[in-house]
Amino acid sequence: MSILLTGETRALVQGLGKEGQFHAERMLQYGTKLVGGIRPGKAGEDVLGLPAFNTVEDAVAETGANASIIFVPAPFAADAAIEAIEAKLDLIVLITEGIPPLDMLKVKQLLKHSKTRLIGPNCPGIITPEIGKLGIMPVEIYNPGRCGVISRSGTLTYEVAAQITNAGLGQSTCLGIGGDPIIGTTHKDALELFNNDPETDMVALIGEIGGSDEEIAAKYIKKHMKKPVVAFIAGSTAPPGKRMGHAGAIIAGGKGTAAEKKKALRNAGVTVCDSPADIGITAKKVLEG
Amino acid sequence: MKIHEYQAKELFRKYNIPVPEGRAASTPEEAKQIAESIPGPYVVKAQIHAGGRGKGGGIKPASNSSEAEAAAKQILGMNLITHQTGPEGKIVQKVLVETASDIAREIYLGAVIDRERSQVVIISSTEGGMEIETVAAKTPEKIHKTWIDPAVGLMPFQARSICFGLGLEGQAHKDGVTCIQNLYRMFVSEDLTLAEINPFVVTKDGKILALDAKVNLDNDAFFRHKGHSELRDFNEEDPLEVEASKHNLNYIKLSGSVGCMVNGAGLAMATMDLIKLSGSNPANFLDVGGTASSEAVENAFRILMMDKSVKCVLINIFGGIVRCDRVATGVVEAIRNIGNVEVPIVARLEGTNAKEGIEILQNSGLPFHTISGFREAAEKAVELAGGA
Repeated sequence: MSILLTGETRALVQGLGKEGQFHAERMLQYGTKLVGGIRPGKAGEDVLGLPAFNTVEDAVAETGANASIIFVPAPFAADAAIEAIEAKLDLIVLITEGIPPLDMLKVKQLLKHSKTRLIGPNCPGIITPEIGKLGIMPVEIYNPGRCGVISRSGTLTYEVAAQITNAGLGQSTCLGIGGDPIIGTTHKDALELFNNDPETDMVALIGEIGGSDEEIAAKYIKKHMKKPVVAFIAGSTAPPGKRMGHAGAIIAGGKGTAAEKKKALRNAGVTVCDSPADIGITAKKVLEG
Repeated sequence: MKIHEYQAKELFRKYNIPVPEGRAASTPEEAKQIAESIPGPYVVKAQIHAGGRGKGGGIKPASNSSEAEAAAKQILGMNLITHQTGPEGKIVQKVLVETASDIAREIYLGAVIDRERSQVVIISSTEGGMEIETVAAKTPEKIHKTWIDPAVGLMPFQARSICFGLGLEGQAHKDGVTCIQNLYRMFVSEDLTLAEINPFVVTKDGKILALDAKVNLDNDAFFRHKGHSELRDFNEEDPLEVEASKHNLNYIKLSGSVGCMVNGAGLAMATMDLIKLSGSNPANFLDVGGTASSEAVENAFRILMMDKSVKCVLINIFGGIVRCDRVATGVVEAIRNIGNVEVPIVARLEGTNAKEGIEILQNSGLPFHTISGFREAAEKAVELAGGA
């Protein structure tokens, strides 16, 4: 009843510092199957009841893990991600913010030649309500349901998930793809997964200024999408040339405006909300006709 | 982070990308001394983080050192207005004094990160000297793109192909190949997000030269480039944005009257959009961070209060792992610490412990307008700020 994060997911935690431990504890409380942590030089120790390993490779051999969530600080995060790709995990969630884009180019290059799916970086992670979460989101706002959510943001994703829940609906899977210019899973990639997921009936797509990810998604929707899509694009009032908090949220050379993205999505038949307060009710209308 | 032309050219020298002889001056006397130490004639160029300087009167030729001094005197301190500075312009604090070149041809050369392909792309065009966006719009066939595999790097054949495309011949072709390889080496070694040479010229005596230089550094990579943060010019930034950056706050000054304080960049942008839809304009973008620590909240409030165009503050917090009651306590403390906050404050708290947070605000004795709906909160803030 979901994409990527299912009952079969067995995850490692890379980066078990203060932040990693804090969130690992909450992921465990939510019922997520975490099977180990990576602490180079501390193999054999226990953290929160999870066995620690020196390397991802060791952890996979020992636990059969197929996923990982990474909290490693930015200067070392690409190394951690590449280690996870080389260990042939199915899913990597990269939470870290502030990874240099040139590091991410290398990570992306390796991903092309692997079967691994990367979510993030600079993202809140992924949650499949009542199955588990690999992320840092609060769990109370989610409700199991049939609406897929894709977003480049963190707290705005929570806002949208809460609106969907308050409208009496629920989420199949909710995916924060990240606010960086170079990300593993794009809007289009996530749409494709939801399109093929029998447990998802519609998708809420939350984009923002910068890049052309939403335009590429619009092309995909026009050609292939079998399910209704509701969208909101943040940053209609953002000035050009300024980075709006997220590294990827910048109108550069007149490109990447909210107006262009909304137009492309509308042309593809997407119901675009101008107001961020209308996403939940619009989703309900679209789903219930 | 943007840097000045003279700083970019220093970087170019380090990577053997040929640039004219010259240095930066802060006074006319200094400009004269520099001119006396390099071959003439000269060109005196205003150093601001914006293009279109020539048209705005920020670039002047000088045939001798006295003329260079006079040109520097005219340019230094002037309020230079170009299509990129906005109508308010920028005060010129430094000029670059250089040896002028005899130009035979003007070419465009640039490198950026292509987000779609996740690769560095080198952009080249025979149409140098004008804005590349204009060339791309009017004559897209004159733009040549070369994508570089990050694992392999720029191959010599790619650099040759670029130079053939640019019609470079003989020594200029050979030098061009080396120069393009150096440009890519600089891009990755220094963690740039943009390097642009416009124009890249061939001189009448067949030499190639980077006549202009535009470089953006990646702030996220400062940890591995100790000198980069020192290249920052605070004069180029809004004073409130400088203040905010000292406290690690994401703040951007805008021209409206509704001050916003929001946790998370996406929600902050959405809040600005909703203010606009409700009939007014946001005074700023401000992301206090997903966790909205009480220290961040207090610093954020101080900055909002320094902006005299703010007529009302809208606080929009979506509590997640950080609970709304903790944020509310931080907001109350911040306002008490700052004292005499005179503008009305609309607070919308949602998510974890929102009810408890609202109670804290209501019982604080401070005049908060607590509103639970996203739209209703924005509308109230617009009304209290004096409407549209």
